[in-house]
Formats: sequence, structure tokens, C-alpha cells
Amino acid sequence: MGDTDFIELDGVEKVFDVRRRVGFLRRERHEVRAVDGISLRVPRGEMVGYIGPNGAGKSTTIKMLTGILTPSGGRLRVAGIDPSRERTKLAHRIGVVFGQRTTLWWDLPLRDSYRLVHRMYRIPDRRFRENMDRCIELLDLGALLDVPVRQLSLGQRMRGDIAAALLHDPEVLYLDEPTIGLDVVSKARVREFLRDLNAERSTTVLLTTHDLTDIEQLCRRVMVIDHGRLVYDGGLAGLHEVGESERTLVVDLERELPPIDVGTESSARVVKVEGPRQWVAFPASASAAGLVARIAADYPLVDLSVREPDIEAVIAKMYAASS
Amino acid sequence: MAETEAVPVGAAEAGRWPRGAGDTGRSRPVEGVRAYGLIVGMWLRSTLAYRASFVMTTVGNFVATAFDFVTIMLMFTHVDALGGYTLPEIALLYGVSATAFGLADLVLGSMDRLGRRVRDGTLDTLLVRPVPVLAQVAADRFALRRLGRITQGLLVLGYALVTLEVEWTPLKVLMLPMMVLSGAAIFGAVFVAGAAFQFFAQDASEVQNAFTYGGTTLLQYPPSIFAQDLVRGVTFVVPLAFVSWLPALYVLGRDYPLGLPGWVAFLPPLVAGVCWVLAGLAWRAGLRAYRSTGS
Repeated sequence: MGDTDFIELDGVEKVFDVRRRVGFLRRERHEVRAVDGISLRVPRGEMVGYIGPNGAGKSTTIKMLTGILTPSGGRLRVAGIDPSRERTKLAHRIGVVFGQRTTLWWDLPLRDSYRLVHRMYRIPDRRFRENMDRCIELLDLGALLDVPVRQLSLGQRMRGDIAAALLHDPEVLYLDEPTIGLDVVSKARVREFLRDLNAERSTTVLLTTHDLTDIEQLCRRVMVIDHGRLVYDGGLAGLHEVGESERTLVVDLERELPPIDVGTESSARVVKVEGPRQWVAFPASASAAGLVARIAADYPLVDLSVREPDIEAVIAKMYAASS
Repeated sequence: MAETEAVPVGAAEAGRWPRGAGDTGRSRPVEGVRAYGLIVGMWLRSTLAYRASFVMTTVGNFVATAFDFVTIMLMFTHVDALGGYTLPEIALLYGVSATAFGLADLVLGSMDRLGRRVRDGTLDTLLVRPVPVLAQVAADRFALRRLGRITQGLLVLGYALVTLEVEWTPLKVLMLPMMVLSGAAIFGAVFVAGAAFQFFAQDASEVQNAFTYGGTTLLQYPPSIFAQDLVRGVTFVVPLAFVSWLPALYVLGRDYPLGLPGWVAFLPPLVAGVCWVLAGLAWRAGLRAYRSTGS
């Protein structure tokens, strides 16, 4: 096992047999290929964004990587271990954070949940204390340790969950929507922590998200899955190029004016006008600076903001471009 | 469900262990019991976070079950025998069955929540931990208030022992703890098998309740008042008759139902063992099905 293939998937498939009731007793069976032949390699210490629309097969892949689900076909290894066969052995080496489902104990102080992890994973005392101190410092948990989990905010709980998943020194961390529902400050803190973790411990991180900013700030590599197949594997910039995605500049002018003249040489264009507010789309790979300067010079500007393309839009464009 | 494709395991052995944690080489049952204890400890602490509520539900549990036997006592103010059995005799059947069931209910009673965990997906969080899932599910929502039921069972059993006119032999005395423990094991196996069934039908907890809660109610009355087919069913299909009926009838020196031979009274430990093997197989099949279907 080389470090270049810490996570290995070769033609991994997951086929579900779905039975649908069509009559009183009659049922119709049909196959759903949730994961349809995925092959990839993730080296140790890499941070990868795993994205795709809902139902694309993201969580099915994560469930196979963690040993929850048994693949229907293909070969899958994490740290040289076949997850479905040696689930409990693998459990010592992986950390999992399910964004929507906390593993913390609702009625007990946060501290108690960590004590359980300590004993359940048989973490050596010194190691546990070191990791605990580190998480308390970086995730700012000190004041929360004696608070019952039910009283924590969503962001605090997410930080608590991330710490719980890391106390046993996992070599790989799976994060399912780690920033969903968090406020801006919490998001930033979680991202910063993950960056540090990856840099210091070279923990391999695989995260699914709907938030492209997560990917931009954390991952050099993005894998896009759709209909159970890997449709893109590379850098984020490349994804924008392939998908020809556009960012949108939302411009608030002093008063209602005809559509902004963005000039002919750039590929920017006004896509919507609503009273004094106008939407200008431009390629995601281009800088907004030139465009902003031009508009500011010629128009009575009140405010402006840039909207990032969302993943669904990028993927939709990718398909439109390839077909 | 089709078996998954066999893949060579050679590569797995090359796995390295860079850090201290991990595979400890302990057997799964030992790990399971330890994990069970850890999780039960957490639930106890959660319960004690609401002390008043705990005291009230425990007392409530005791009172609710106590009324159950009070009803039988009231009945006996009008009749002298029920199905040919006196009140102390019925109390023995009742006490053994209630105590055995109470023990199983205390240890494994929350397993019927498995279906809910499958439905809302929280079972997955248990599957990524390094301890057996059965232990985690068994310890889920451990409720100490169920001691109330055991207390009531023991009280009724005590009443029976004081009032019964039986010539006690060493064998009959030994029969008592054997009945209660084997009975608890048989009920426990039914709990596990019932939970395993919920992997396939997520809302089947009522079916399980019919055998557990329903079963214990059935066993509290003598077999002579039930139809022969029902007695056959709980002897040979779901062997609840071995919990209290057969061994208790030996203690009472009564005839066995269905013309069964005398030695069946000594079978409960064996029956419990077989039940656990079957329940274990059912559990494994259920978990395997879940892991291949994800629902």
C-alpha cells in the first residue's frame, strides 16, 4: 500500500433493488444504480471536495467508504482495509461527521460525550488529553464543555461533533455537509480548523458540501458525481472552465437606468434588471475587478456584491456543454 | 439478497498501524458487553439529569404493574380456583414470568427502537463505531425505571413462596433461579429476533410486542385455561412455555400440558441457548440485509 492510494476505488458499484407497490399485493422491482462504476485514488493527506446534486450517489459512496454499506461490485480499500469486511477495525482509523445527525449525547454535558469516545475507542490517556486540549483550543470549546448538548447552538454542536470525530486520531475524516446551516463566523472557524488539521496532521479529508466556498477555501481537488458516475475530477478552476460557469455581479444603482453598457470586448452581460438593481453575469474564471471599475466609473453606484455560482448550476452547465 | 462479490483479502493484511489505537484482539462478545456497559452508563447519567422524572416514572411503572396482580387477587375473592389452580400457584407462575420478563426488558427492552433508527438513518452513526452494533442497539435508551417491573415480579414471587404448600426438594429449590434466568434469556432472544425483523419491516415493533408483552401476560395464567393449539404454539414455535409453565408445573407437582414427559421441565437452559443461536443468526442476517440495501 503506497501513500499515493490511501483511498482506492476500482469500478465500485452500488445497486439497490427498489420494490414499488403497484397493486394491492403486486410489486414492481427495478434496479437503481446509485453508484455506477466509480474509480478514483486519493493520496494520504489530501483534502478533497466530493460534490454533486442530491441523489447523485454522494452519501452512498461515503457509506461504502465507512463500511456501512457493502458494495455490489468493484474493489474498495481505505488504508488497505476492505471497509465492509473489517468495519470495526476500520472504525479506529476513520472519523465521520454526519452534518445532520449529531453523535453527541443530548442531555449530557459535552464533556461526557468525549469521555465515552475516550473509552469506547480505548484512546491512551495522554493521547486523549493532548487531542482534547488541541480541539478545545482550536475549536474554542472551553466554555462549552460543561453545557448540556441540547443547549448548544447549531454551530457549537457542529464544532463539538468534529472534535468527537477526531479524538482517536483518525487518518481520514469524512465530513458530510459540515457547514450546513452554520452562520458565517462558525463556517469560517470550522474551515480554519480543517485547514490546520490537514496541514499539521496530514489527515486525509473528504467532504461533501453544497457550499462552493467550502471547496474554494479548503480543497485543491474536487470530484463531481452525478447519476452515480464521476463526471469531473480536478481543480476547482478547471471545474468552472469545464462548466463555463458564471458569477453574478449584483449592482445597486442610485436610480432606475437602462441596462448597463458593459462594453463589447468582455463576455459580461446584463441578465436581469429590476428597478435600480441590475444583475451582470461574467465568467467565473475572470476577475471581477475590471468590470467593477468600469461600472463604477460610468454609473452612480450605491452598492454591489458578487454571487458565486452554485454547484447545481455548474453541473447543469457542464452537461449542457458536453452534450 | 445476493452475496457481494468476493474480493481477495490479501491487500488488507498489508495495512499498517501507525498509531497506538485500534484492533485489540479482544473477542467480540467481551467488546460487546464492555460497550454495552459504557453506553448504559451514559443513559443512566442522562436519566439522572432529570431526577424527579426518573423517580416518578419508576414508581409509576411499579404501580402500573402492581395493579395487574391486584386484579388477579380481586378475582380470587369470588372464585377459589382458576383453571384448577389456586392463588398461590398462579402467583408462582406470575412471579416467575414477570421477573424473567422484567430482567429481559431491563437489559434489552429498547431494542424495538431499531426500526426508528433504520428509518431516520441514525443507525449509520452506530455502524461507524468500533464496537458491535448489537451491543449499541441493546443499550440504546437504557431505562432503569424498568426496575419497577422486576420489583413487582419479585414481590409476587415472594408471596407465592410464602403461601405455597409445596414439599420443597433441593431440585425444586434450584429450579427457581434456573427458571428466572433461563426465562429472561428466552425473552431476551425474542427481543433480539424481533429487532432483527425490524431490519426488514421497520414498523414491526408491534409484532415483537405481541410476543414479549403479550407472552408474559399469557404465561401469568395456567396453561389449562388456554386452547391446546395456543399452548402448542408457545411450546414448539415461540418456546415461551419454557419460561415458567413447564418448570413451574414441576415445582407445583402438576401434570404438564400436551402430555409432555417430565424431563421437559429441565430443558429451559438448553431452549434458551438454542433461542440465542437462532436470534444471533437472525440478527446477522438482518444487519447484512441492511448493509446491502441501506434501508
